Amino acid sequence: MTVFFDNFDLFLRGFAETAKLLVAAGALAMVLGTLIAVTRVSPVKALRVVGTTYVSLVRNTPLLMLILLTYYGMPRLGIDFGFFGNITLAMGVYTSAFIAEALRSGVNGVPLGQAEAARAIGMPFGLTMTQVVLPQAFRLVVPPLVSQLIALTKNTSLAATFGIAEATFRLNGMLRDYASERWVIFAGYAAGYIVIVAVLSSIAIYLERRWKVSR
Amino acid sequence: MSSPTVLFDAPGPKARRRHRMISIFTVIALLAFLAVVIWRFNETGQLEYALWEPFVTPAYMELIGQATLDTLRTAAVAIVGAVAFGVIFATGKLSSHRIARWPSWLVVEFFRAVPLLMLIFFIWSLYGFKNGILIPLILGLILYNGSVLAEVFRAGMNAVPTGQVEAAYAIGMRKNAVMRLIQFPQAVKVMLPAIVSQCVVTLKDTSLGYYILAPGLTVAGRAIWREYDNRLQTALVLAAIYILLNLLLTWVARMLERRLNRSEANAARAVNEAARAARA
Repeated sequence: MTVFFDNFDLFLRGFAETAKLLVAAGALAMVLGTLIAVTRVSPVKALRVVGTTYVSLVRNTPLLMLILLTYYGMPRLGIDFGFFGNITLAMGVYTSAFIAEALRSGVNGVPLGQAEAARAIGMPFGLTMTQVVLPQAFRLVVPPLVSQLIALTKNTSLAATFGIAEATFRLNGMLRDYASERWVIFAGYAAGYIVIVAVLSSIAIYLERRWKVSR
Repeated sequence: MSSPTVLFDAPGPKARRRHRMISIFTVIALLAFLAVVIWRFNETGQLEYALWEPFVTPAYMELIGQATLDTLRTAAVAIVGAVAFGVIFATGKLSSHRIARWPSWLVVEFFRAVPLLMLIFFIWSLYGFKNGILIPLILGLILYNGSVLAEVFRAGMNAVPTGQVEAAYAIGMRKNAVMRLIQFPQAVKVMLPAIVSQCVVTLKDTSLGYYILAPGLTVAGRAIWREYDNRLQTALVLAAIYILLNLLLTWVARMLERRLNRSEANAARAVNEAARAARA
């Protein structure tokens, strides 16, 4: 027990890194994912094909492969955003495919009358999407979007051997240093992740409830 | 593409011209992107034959093939284990006894909330961080994917129309028989897509063997890039193999699903015909 609390600063610093990765990669994934979702429902076939190919390629690649490509591969090509940037890029790209899928199902879930009404008053595709369909789609898909962010939280652990001292890296170090206390250490770090997941899901519940009323 | 078409009008001549412009622009942008990638590869000497050599050398191809088999075997064992785990804990969660429901809920929620890699590291530590063992990877995959599948199974069982369940109770079946004979067979069909996507997740997550040096594709790749110093090329080849395997898995599953649906359609048709014959 004491070992865990003696190293509490390592624990906190680990989760601070995890949170940093989560915010950076999450923001990137949201932006990229929205763009990809729009291409997938756009009237132009070439754009749809690009979006579909992107999603099916990224979704079927293990995240570790993407990290290897950005962390080891890109610098070889002379493209380097620093190790934090490279890993964030891999995680953002990976998550964006799932966010795009969630958003697309949200777009399909917006009542047909909404888009029809927008068209009837003469809105082109761009306006229909940005003013009418997407705002409602976002509200519809709050739960699946947040579960993608929860998945991302857990996926940030993959940065553990790539020079970022996030929570799972710290866990691994402490398990090696204090083998006899491993159950306490494991429980402590598990609790850390569970807290993040709980915070994210309560935000989801709050947003869902709030936006449902205003609809 | 039936529902998205409601988002835009059938294009007139002007819109058609604009769409053609955007299409051409997209293709050009894509080609430009590819050209830049190839140019960067060429500029930095990443296209050198020496860096790609292992992937056309029989000995290394054999190594990769063997590693692919290892990975597939790991995934298969993990999936079978996860399904068993899922069935057990879904039954627990659906149980009418609080003593079974509570612990099942706790186990499932815990393993779903904790990162898989952390779980693998912990189980690995129980084995003294020994190199080259598969057990931590397989156990971790079973615990995590099994918990997700338990949720899938529970949702699938609950998705069976209540009329079915009530009818079964009405003719005197016990809960055990209702779940086994009425809910489960109907739920399987509904759950198939979710189960398949979980299989893809499991296959992708076998790559985490990299962190504990468990035999598989990623560790074979590591051996290759340590010898040839070609991480970029190895990562590309491994990613291609994973994508291929996953697309194959998805395709097989889709065939299976179509078959299941067809047999259901056939059954429905047979039932209809029998009903018509009986009426005549």
